[in-house]
Amino acid sequence: MDDILQRIATCIERGKVNATSPYPPDLKGQDGAHELTKAALEMGVSPSDVLAQGLVVGMNSIGRKFSENKVFVPDLLMASKAMQAAMVHLKPFFESGEAKHRGTFIIGTVQGDLHDIGKNLVSMVMEGGGWQVIDLGVDVSTEKFLDALNAHPGSAVGLSALLTTTMVNMEKTVAAVRAQHPDTKIIVGGAPLTAEYAKKIGADAYAPDPQGALDYLVGAVA
Amino acid sequence: MKSIREDVAQKGILVSDGGWGTFLVAAGLGPGECPELWNIDHPDVVRSIAKSYADAGADIVMTNSFGGSRITLEPHGLADRASELNEVAARLSREVAGETIHVLASMGPTGKLLMMGDVTEEQLYNAFAEQAIALERGGADACSVETMAALDEAAIAVRAVKENTALEVVASFTFNMHTDTGYRTMMGVSIADMAAGMLSEGADILGANCSLGPIERIEVIRDLRAAAPTIPILVHPNAGMPHRADDGCVTYPETPEMMASRVPELVKAGANIIGGCCGTGPGHIRAIVAAVRDGRRSTRKS
Repeated sequence: MDDILQRIATCIERGKVNATSPYPPDLKGQDGAHELTKAALEMGVSPSDVLAQGLVVGMNSIGRKFSENKVFVPDLLMASKAMQAAMVHLKPFFESGEAKHRGTFIIGTVQGDLHDIGKNLVSMVMEGGGWQVIDLGVDVSTEKFLDALNAHPGSAVGLSALLTTTMVNMEKTVAAVRAQHPDTKIIVGGAPLTAEYAKKIGADAYAPDPQGALDYLVGAVA
Repeated sequence: MKSIREDVAQKGILVSDGGWGTFLVAAGLGPGECPELWNIDHPDVVRSIAKSYADAGADIVMTNSFGGSRITLEPHGLADRASELNEVAARLSREVAGETIHVLASMGPTGKLLMMGDVTEEQLYNAFAEQAIALERGGADACSVETMAALDEAAIAVRAVKENTALEVVASFTFNMHTDTGYRTMMGVSIADMAAGMLSEGADILGANCSLGPIERIEVIRDLRAAAPTIPILVHPNAGMPHRADDGCVTYPETPEMMASRVPELVKAGANIIGGCCGTGPGHIRAIVAAVRDGRRSTRKS
């Protein structure tokens, strides 16, 4: 059992989606995240173990390498593709309640900003860390964040911005979330941001990379 | 009019322009509004930005067309106006530039990733070709495929411009320092791979833009010069990383004087065309123009 979970973790980290996927070349022809996850569940491994000892381990490893600048966006994207292929098999267990998320994370790119690559990377790593992700998309108004928080009370919130002209819109959203849901953990990130900026606008944390967001929340909520 | 390359060969160093977005926002561009639509709705504002750079002494002015591909315009519901918006963008800058200043048209990335299947190669090619054809029709001399991170997307963009227009092409990427692997784009492209990839597609000028603090910009240009010894090189750095002032406004740390003081080092590293990106304005360009003139004078003396 440990072996198959280890292999799932490797497939996630290396971005090996399924047996027919040509990527990465050295794993060509071998089973991928899709086949191995299916097999593990059929063998009777619990969905929670598949998540915690397979998917989470693999995504954590690639997420950490990404934050250490050892791998790049394409590597993270391929890992996420493999994770999605595994997640398909776990979804019914989350729905039935047999498997549980670590928490719920609401994320969106702030109002006026249409960029989604950074936001998507954070979503992927959070999901790979065992969190339920509510992705509100791009150009998200303060009201939409508040609506999502009302629908999913107790969630953490992530705000993304790529432009200096739109990061100023974070401040308003942070203030509104604080006013209505004072205990909400709020993380901000994006190319023009700094820890100093995050602090000044009242966010709980600045995440320089996706793993940073996950690590902060695991520490803050656990 | 001479090409930018001919002008570089003759003058050694050219000065281009600085940021555009912050000036559109200052003039009232709202969050979520499409900047390129201002070419139609507020042509006077767009022209005034180009004019501020022409007045500052720039040899090159750019255009308000960074997000002008139909793929980027699509979320604004403006995809079918791509041709019109780009043609007008080039025309507005040309009206200011006259026959003495180059119009270097801006073409930014689409924000879609080929490797994730967000978009097809054909869609990218057609979108960039359409944009470039319209920019040429509006009077651009050259275009800058800029702020690029992915080699595949930039290669398609350069190819689309070369195969469909007579425009000179600048290929300009955004690099950041990574501890183990040196300067790379967020997609992992190294300076050497960028230079080789872009030159094989026929890029006429290579560049680095956005990001780039005072030290980084020198190192990136030095590496780019090493990778492409004979090609003109453009550099458009930010005025440092943005800070939040106490009034909530975003400011950039590098003053015109600070940026200009780096010009001799940039020239020594191999830059031929010097301008600015986020946080730079006509004041920065004016100071850079003066620094370049001083450099020419001292070269003549020595």
